[in-house]
Amino acid sequence: MTQRVEIVRRIMDSNQRVAAGNRALLDEHSVYAMNVMASPGAGKTSFIMETLRRLPPGVRPGVIEGDTAPVTIDSDKISALGIPAVQINTGGDCHLDAVMVELALQKLDLEALNLVIIENVGNLICPAGFDLGTHANIVIASIPEGDDKPYKYPNIYRGLDVLIINKTDLLPYIDFRMEYFSQGVEILNPGLKIFPVSCKTGEGFEAWMDWLTRTLPPKA
Amino acid sequence: MARMHELAVTESILEIANRAALDNCASRVTDIYLTIGQLSSIVDDSVQFYWDHISQGTPSAGAVLHFQRVPARLRCKSCGNEYELNEELMPCPNCGSIALEIMSGEELLVDHIEVLKEE
Repeated sequence: MTQRVEIVRRIMDSNQRVAAGNRALLDEHSVYAMNVMASPGAGKTSFIMETLRRLPPGVRPGVIEGDTAPVTIDSDKISALGIPAVQINTGGDCHLDAVMVELALQKLDLEALNLVIIENVGNLICPAGFDLGTHANIVIASIPEGDDKPYKYPNIYRGLDVLIINKTDLLPYIDFRMEYFSQGVEILNPGLKIFPVSCKTGEGFEAWMDWLTRTLPPKA
Repeated sequence: MARMHELAVTESILEIANRAALDNCASRVTDIYLTIGQLSSIVDDSVQFYWDHISQGTPSAGAVLHFQRVPARLRCKSCGNEYELNEELMPCPNCGSIALEIMSGEELLVDHIEVLKEE
């Protein structure tokens, strides 16, 4: 005999539960965490490095680096700055999930930190569906990627808290219609906080750093 | 082979179905009805591909996946116009406003399943 069983459950529920646990753990230690997502080559690592260099004294950061391959290129760069870095090798997975971040957080001394920056795997599709338990989801769009990205990858723009537009120094050389780009972003995520920056020239970083430092919670 | 996010999605579907089979003392799952919004970046074939592999040896092995696609519907906050998104995102076709609300199209649910029970 067949029987119908009602479920009506969100498929991503189990990831969501682990993410909620991560957020609770971070809050317990007064650590602010951000999930940095972008396509490969948008400048995630450069943006994170520049942000780390500009942090005011008193901010104690840690970094979690996600990559699909067993490389430590990015975490080595961070460690060279004297900042604790944990590398996650996703073993081919195209995104980080809450469980991977849960394991990585165990390797950081959260008591000694008040900011954790997580660099997601370079990809505009897969990371969008996975809440990591961070306080802010950040996407780095970059000028050479083109102005149609919000239209082609609407998902990732929906759950965002901050949008960074990187490589603004290339605007004179590339046909990037800022108005068209912004219109797509506004449809998907009205009033989204946007910071245009250039990691190359440092332009725009002041406003971003100002926002970030004001957003960090005081360490209990 | 690169593992796409559909693998994680398929694993969750399997976990939900097997759990429901157990909770309902069913011997196996025959059908799974999924509700997938048009905007949710899920490729049905990809889910099906993973499903055929990972459901083996579980109570859900051989269960048929039914994909119910939900179209993306938008509502204009300026003029109240409601419309279905057929191609790319665009301003309200009626008044040109970009103050829009996405009413549906982002679903990613297991709606219900059918299980086989032995009397």
